[in-house]
Amino acid sequence: MRRVGYTGASDCGTEYVVTVNVLKRVGIFLLVLAATCAFYMGYRQLFLSTGWTWPFKVDQYAMPRLQDIVSRLWEPAATEQPPLAQLLVQRALFTAREAAVGFAIGALVGIAIGVVFHFSNLMRRGFQPYVVGSQTVPILAIAPMVVIWLGGQGLPVWMPVAVISAFLTFFPVAINTLRGLDSTDPRKLELMRSYAASEWSTLWRVKFPCSLPYLFSAFKVAATASVVGAIIGELPSSIQDGLGGAILNFAQYYSLDPSALWATNIIAALLGILFFCIVAVTEHFVVRRAPENVA
Amino acid sequence: MTRLRHATTEWLPALAILVLGLVGWELAVKAFGIQKFLLPKPSEILTAFWDQRDILWPAGWYTFTEAFWGFVIGVSFGIGAAVVLARFRALGSALMPYFIAASAIPIIAFAPIANAWFGIEKSSKIFIAALLCFFPVLVNTLRGLTSVKPQQVELMRSYAARDFTVFKRVRIPTSLPYVFASLKVASVLAMIGAIVGEYFGGSQQQLGIQIKNSAALFQFETAWAAILVACILGVGFYLAVSLAEILTMRRYPSAERARR
Amino acid sequence: MTSAAAVSIRNVSKTFGKGGTKALQNIELDFQPGEFVSLIGPSGCGKSTLLRVIGDLVEPTEGEALIGGKPAHQARLDRDYGMVFQEATLMDWRTIEKNVSLPLELMGWAREKRRDRVRELLELVELTGFEGHYPWQLSGGMQQRVAIARALTFNPSLILMDEPFGALDEMTRDRLNLELLRIWEATSATVVFVTHSIFEAVFLSSRVVVMSARPGRVQKVVEIDLPYPRTTETREDVHFFELATEVRELLRESHSGRDAAPEGT
Repeated sequence: MRRVGYTGASDCGTEYVVTVNVLKRVGIFLLVLAATCAFYMGYRQLFLSTGWTWPFKVDQYAMPRLQDIVSRLWEPAATEQPPLAQLLVQRALFTAREAAVGFAIGALVGIAIGVVFHFSNLMRRGFQPYVVGSQTVPILAIAPMVVIWLGGQGLPVWMPVAVISAFLTFFPVAINTLRGLDSTDPRKLELMRSYAASEWSTLWRVKFPCSLPYLFSAFKVAATASVVGAIIGELPSSIQDGLGGAILNFAQYYSLDPSALWATNIIAALLGILFFCIVAVTEHFVVRRAPENVA
Repeated sequence: MTRLRHATTEWLPALAILVLGLVGWELAVKAFGIQKFLLPKPSEILTAFWDQRDILWPAGWYTFTEAFWGFVIGVSFGIGAAVVLARFRALGSALMPYFIAASAIPIIAFAPIANAWFGIEKSSKIFIAALLCFFPVLVNTLRGLTSVKPQQVELMRSYAARDFTVFKRVRIPTSLPYVFASLKVASVLAMIGAIVGEYFGGSQQQLGIQIKNSAALFQFETAWAAILVACILGVGFYLAVSLAEILTMRRYPSAERARR
Repeated sequence: MTSAAAVSIRNVSKTFGKGGTKALQNIELDFQPGEFVSLIGPSGCGKSTLLRVIGDLVEPTEGEALIGGKPAHQARLDRDYGMVFQEATLMDWRTIEKNVSLPLELMGWAREKRRDRVRELLELVELTGFEGHYPWQLSGGMQQRVAIARALTFNPSLILMDEPFGALDEMTRDRLNLELLRIWEATSATVVFVTHSIFEAVFLSSRVVVMSARPGRVQKVVEIDLPYPRTTETREDVHFFELATEVRELLRESHSGRDAAPEGT
């Protein structure tokens, strides 16, 4: 019996194609990296030599040299301290923990809200405006209050920050869980009805798998949100051990040591991208779908 | 008449929750003797909201204008860039992963540098808000513009439609749901950007500073009143975008169907 | 009305919405166990609706459907029938094996039992070796065979089929018709088969119920007295064409005034 399917070309042909693809991707990455650096240095050079002050004045403090920023990572964080890179990685790990816990809490809460809203129209009409409105509450303002509320309960000192991180995380997850569950193929639901399947069975076996693409798209947004939430949460909480503390610290000394803050930004960016990539890779293995057909 | 009744039944539960929530809050604070620094009473917050309005409302408006202009700039550049990249498809799809990665960066960490560039007045906050809005809008608009079904493009080509016509009549309606979804997200991000930006350095006329200062002075009712102002503005902004969405979608009913 | 009837449709009417479209009107039908009955009619005549009334997926406005003497609702809860839809409705994220074993999972069968039964059925529909594949790796015809296997897992005495081959090309359809008859003979279930195609209806069934345009009524039930087992030769039989013509003319009558002519004209 002939097999119908997307079986590939001959073996050596496939290998060749894969290698070329990888080279292409690496090439584009290097190109983008080079272009960004060139843009930065070019902009800097141009504004330095012409002395233009719009949109902002460029000097060695506004835009340190790229080499200085990179080399700063290897210099000591402060006098007689380990290199900045080491310090920043430690801080990043601290923030990462808060963000990861916040992501987990936010994802669970978000999914729970999505499921409840899916099954109960009344709950949805009652609470959805507040769920949406909750995101307009400036978390920076309630962060100190969360710290006070949760402090002294025997919880680790960074737990309030994780809660704040969860606050930014739960919303996209809730919205997309609801959308995913609501948009299940009605024919599949009819099939399950013909099997007299229980609501729970249908939820677990059909609705959830169908909404995985929506869930993961929310998780990707939530990954970034959890890191942002963790950083913002640290700012007013006088927590020194995370990236938020590092940003505050180096912002204070910016006029003396601008490269340090730029270097911190780079590490923070890498952290955000790392979280995102973890979710993206997980998605690749978990969500199995037919290839899409778009122009 | 039934539409009005329909609208009331739609909003009644939410209204009920609001009333119950506020009443419950008020009673709980009284009953448990919760102290002000933990949670003031809604009545006290509302009193402060009214008493301090000469300071808080202008500050809120000031912060809102920062967010608004940041939104406008970020969204314009985002949509513009997406339109260009949709035209040069190869470039767009090659760069897409990088834009997605860029929207994963906590741009908020850049706020102190923006303050160093532009000073602590409006411009730095507008810059941060714009930067926050740019990438999500770019990614979603580009996705929307390129998610047209091939059959629709083929149909238009069979009518010998020019590229521009295809763009106008097919790609724009298809991308509208994506664009508006990202605009709603951007409106929230812009407000966050403005307020957090102020935290790193701002003047009295900004809401973020008001929150910071009143909390520092233990005037918690004022701090919460300021938060209330921020919420009202944020919700208002979001609703304005939603209204724009409804009005625009009315002209393009096919956009709703295209989303499915 | 005997309790021996596999399916009894008693005065079933269906109106959608208050004062909306009347899909079915006073349907009275009896199907005997082991029969193969086709429902055919112009578009919108309610044949799919009638099938869903039998399957308790749609509630009739009036009347009732009985399956083996039981009300349709009870029959659904007792899982007395299997259903095959026009779209295979396979779960993208499950392998073929897991797709077929879905009803058995719902019924709480043990894993070994499930695996054996699935293997048995895939052999019946001639898809052995595809257990680990995913639905999108299979052609439309193969996906429908998987759907049929799935409908047969718990050995139902009644199979409901809603234009299962409608989306397939003619050659595949002809092949699957033969396969369906073979499977039917192996399982001796009652089959209620909705179709647009006159040739398909006459080829497969022992009786063809011709329905009128909306609101759907039973116009006539045509006895198909061609011998089983039916083969490709049956399609070239003179009597086959006579019966097909009879059905076609009934349909033309029921159409009277409508533009669309059914397939096989």
